[in-house]
Amino acid sequence: MKWPAIGYVRARSLDDLWEAQRTHGAAAQVLAGGQTLLATLAFRLSEPGVLVDITRIPELRGVALRDGVLRIGALTRHAELGRDPLIARHAPLIAAAVPYIAHPAIRNRGTIGGSLAYADPAAELPACAVALDATLHLLSARGERRVKAEGFFTGLLSTLLEPGEIIAAVELPPASPAQRSAILEVSRRSGDYAMAGIAAVLELDAAGQVASPRLTFFGVGDRPVLATRANAALAGRVLDAAAIAAAAEALEGDLDPPADLHGPPEMKRHLARVLLRRALAQFLPAREKAA
Amino acid sequence: MIPITLTVNGERVSRHVEPRRHLIDFLRLDLGLTGSHAGCEHGVCGACTVRVDGEIVRGCLVPAASLDGAEVTTIEGLSDSGEVADLQAHFVARNAAQCGYCTPGMIMTAADILRHHPDATRAQIREHLSGNYCRCTGYHAIVDAVEATLAERAARRQEERR
Ligand SMILES: Cc1cc2nc3c(=O)[nH]c(=O)nc-3n(C[C@H](O)[C@H](O)[C@H](O)COP(=O)(O)OP(=O)(O)OC[C@H]3O[C@@H](n4cnc5c(N)ncnc54)[C@H](O)[C@@H]3O)c2cc1C
Ligand code: FES
Ligand code: FES
Repeated sequence: MKWPAIGYVRARSLDDLWEAQRTHGAAAQVLAGGQTLLATLAFRLSEPGVLVDITRIPELRGVALRDGVLRIGALTRHAELGRDPLIARHAPLIAAAVPYIAHPAIRNRGTIGGSLAYADPAAELPACAVALDATLHLLSARGERRVKAEGFFTGLLSTLLEPGEIIAAVELPPASPAQRSAILEVSRRSGDYAMAGIAAVLELDAAGQVASPRLTFFGVGDRPVLATRANAALAGRVLDAAAIAAAAEALEGDLDPPADLHGPPEMKRHLARVLLRRALAQFLPAREKAA
Repeated sequence: MIPITLTVNGERVSRHVEPRRHLIDFLRLDLGLTGSHAGCEHGVCGACTVRVDGEIVRGCLVPAASLDGAEVTTIEGLSDSGEVADLQAHFVARNAAQCGYCTPGMIMTAADILRHHPDATRAQIREHLSGNYCRCTGYHAIVDAVEATLAERAARRQEERR
């Protein structure tokens, strides 16, 4: 369907944005890549009065490593995440997630800020943000604050964002040499949202012992699910077949998947267990993989 | 109405557009460039694929009002430039266009493969085209045409190196 009659404001600065919000109040809605918002307009799933285009605000752009923090501007497009040398080096999980997101033409427009703000429970980037223990830098006309990705997602398509507040950037601790990460998902067709997926991050020391495991699942709940029990089962153990089996078993207590279009909860549990085993197997030393 | 000035297929264009006008309707209805197609109009089919600032996008998910200063290339511009003449010949030779509705979007996306992934395997070609739907051909002829074009260009590069 054609989009409904709407207004459009091009914000060239943060001040333009706050001004548009003052003028249009609750009718104003931020437009970033538009790859979700404009599709929902066509379906009449959302009917904002005025689209405020933030894509020309310089403060929301760019990727930089400063004072030991990797800062990814909210407007960084999926395709840019996939080819940025700083991200490849310091947040390889995010680069690895990109090919799973939609299709090339959509990745050329969609942004990381839009993906996190929309908070689709089956989306890749929200799960990566939780797995990497990211901090979100939020801005509004009233000021700024920083919140952990882990608490940011509050339910289906819901976040801590207050009216008028935007995501300015995602801030990450750069990957340590000991970090291992992987993202895997199951979907029926390439480019679809996941039926179930895992973003796995942990550290392995020289003896193969696991530290700081943050296995995070997507497509299996109303938000990204940090697998607390599975992570506890791994922490401090040497990663081997027995440790992986223990994590897979503990995962039962972490998940309460809803039935959806794809199938019943038991199917999602099964997929999540399979993905957990596959992801962790990638981190095993070569000789055990062969065994 | 929002004033915009942009470049379309190398020509400067200034217009006033309604915010609800997406790029495809702008091209077709305001500029008479009917090569770009509107299919689903919500981002899933790829019939609307065009280049904005050198990269392919879903034209149905881009407001024309947002394109002040942008550079747009449509299938008309791409064809006239000769950039994909060989690809188009392979499409014709293999019957990779039947009703032709998906074809402009397919060519735009295939051109992206030729440009960014000159060594793409058959699986990578399929992956790159996975966001472009075709209801007629069953895709094999399209993938064949892209593969043949890549192979031909690779052979030509070899030749030139000698
Ligand atoms: C066919 C199709 C398939 C897709 N498949 C996938 C997939 O497999 N995985 C996946 O993750 N995504 C998928 N997407 C969605 C895509 O990744 C979107 O780009 C992303 O979800 C939203 O980013 P955007 O920049 O386009 O946001 P927009 O569409 O511009 O905005 C989305 C929402 O976020 C708000 N918003 C945007 N930016 C900010 C900000 N900085 N601060 C606060 N609020 C903001 C907007 O107001 C709006 O409510 C798909 C989309 C399509 C059309
Ligand atoms: S018309 Fe744009 S994706 Fe279908
Ligand atoms: S040729 Fe008819 S849709 Fe592709």
